[in-house]
Amino acid sequence: MTTLALPAARFSDLLAAEWIKLRSLRSTYWAFGSGALAVIGFNTNAARADHVNYPHYGGPIRDDFVYWALRDAFTQGSAMILVLVCASIGAITIVGEYATGLVRTTFTAVPDRRAVMAAKVVVLTAVMTVFGALLAAASYASSQAILDGRGLGVPISHPGAWRVVVASALLAPVCALVGMGLGAVIRHSATTMVLTTFVLLLLPSFVTDRYHWTASVRHAFPFNAWARIVDVGYGKSHMLVPKYPATVGGGWVVFAVWAAVAAVVAVVVVDRRDV
Amino acid sequence: MIEVEQLTKRYGPTTAVRELSFTVRPGHVTGFLGPNGAGKTTTLRMLLGLVEPSGGTAMVSGHSFRRHPRGLRHVGALLDAHDVHGGRSARAHLHALARSNRIPRARVDEVLAEVGLTEAAARRRVGSFSLGMKQRLGIAAALLGDPPVLMFDEPLNGLDPEGVLWVRGLFRRLAHEGRTVFVSSHLMSEMENTADELVVIGRGQLIAAESLTEFAARGTAPTVTVRSPHAGALAVVLESEGAVVAPYDEETLKVDGVSAVRVGELAHEHRFPVWELATQTASLETAFMELTADSVEYAAGETR
Repeated sequence: MTTLALPAARFSDLLAAEWIKLRSLRSTYWAFGSGALAVIGFNTNAARADHVNYPHYGGPIRDDFVYWALRDAFTQGSAMILVLVCASIGAITIVGEYATGLVRTTFTAVPDRRAVMAAKVVVLTAVMTVFGALLAAASYASSQAILDGRGLGVPISHPGAWRVVVASALLAPVCALVGMGLGAVIRHSATTMVLTTFVLLLLPSFVTDRYHWTASVRHAFPFNAWARIVDVGYGKSHMLVPKYPATVGGGWVVFAVWAAVAAVVAVVVVDRRDV
Repeated sequence: MIEVEQLTKRYGPTTAVRELSFTVRPGHVTGFLGPNGAGKTTTLRMLLGLVEPSGGTAMVSGHSFRRHPRGLRHVGALLDAHDVHGGRSARAHLHALARSNRIPRARVDEVLAEVGLTEAAARRRVGSFSLGMKQRLGIAAALLGDPPVLMFDEPLNGLDPEGVLWVRGLFRRLAHEGRTVFVSSHLMSEMENTADELVVIGRGQLIAAESLTEFAARGTAPTVTVRSPHAGALAVVLESEGAVVAPYDEETLKVDGVSAVRVGELAHEHRFPVWELATQTASLETAFMELTADSVEYAAGETR
């Protein structure tokens, strides 16, 4: 019997292994590809619609059109699709292991479960950030290019414009991590998908902003945080100013807290439970 | 070397494994036997750190397996051939496992060749594999790290006769190389030609831990079958010698309590022609069934 010399355990090996796992699944390409098409398509279409309809818009809209143009750069509908796609991909990275039983093979190969989960968190965060950045940049470029047809495109140097791109890009890793955290807790595909959708997309609309505390809860959801950060015209337009307004800084904090808590939950919960 | 000491696992009110102690030594193929639900899989999962014991210890090579940062070079395990992602190719599956343990990529092709998965099969998605092919893939994964200890849970399920022969040869070779090979099964007949040592459990408790030959000796004494045209008269002679005779058909007798040699001598003395004379050793299967049936009855009486 020949025993191979034991090399030191390196975290980079686990990163490489998780990267191999991610890119060796056909479903990964379908999820990223269809998600990208839908998000960029909806944003581009919103810009096209405004481009076509602009002659019929009245004075108030034309006065505030820079905000309209920035909304076309990443629409609410596209953001919802992005949330769904990213949360699903995040959930699948861990639920896929539990549902197939692969998790036992994985943890037999690497008994240090925290390290495996940390590697999953790092790879997912990196991949989703790149994915989000590509979609946000492509959406911004294509929508403003279309509006430029009427000289209405907003340059990225416009105050606050960068927020639309950065917040939309970061919405991807934040939601992916939330999907992964919930997946690690629930471990069943269908239940995870339903609950993730409920928490990220439905729950915020059930919370009123009429009272101070409910408004605070409302502002604490990632989707609402995104909506606040990208709303460059918040409070400036003729539209209603909320009684308990949200802040851009608060929005960034909400992103960071959700991502961090989800990552910690994923690592700790998987480490503690029998598989 | 595998050392299990007072190992216990409780799931709420049910006890899957109860104060189980045994040792598995290197250089042998050790069968891990018990009826379905005896606690074999739970024990293996505790050895691999997948399931936390409620009490006792499960050590591999003197260590708790979960303390190792990486596992493949310490223990190779096939718990369930279905524990793979059906969407990945066999090669990608092994590549990811190898990479996580810093095992060179060339080793993936080595183990694929060793278990007989062809180049075309290695590229196919695992979801399209038969159970036999999945078993081969699982064995390939267990061999990746060239580990000193190997554990297999029901590895013969789904294998064709050629595959079963191959697996037996592989297990013997691994043991001959000085490795610890621990193989579970719920069928004694599978272990009969595979294992030299046995650990038998029933209802989560140890029934026997001994060599295959010792275990076989536990079975009931051999029965002699004799066929003669004068079976009736022969029966009278045999009974007068103290044998217990049970007629099987008009010409055949099943004889307990005397040896085949004595049956032949008696037939010769009385000039009875003998058409057939054979000893039937109680099979290991019977010994196993008797032992585990006891444990099941005992347990059933307990809950009453």
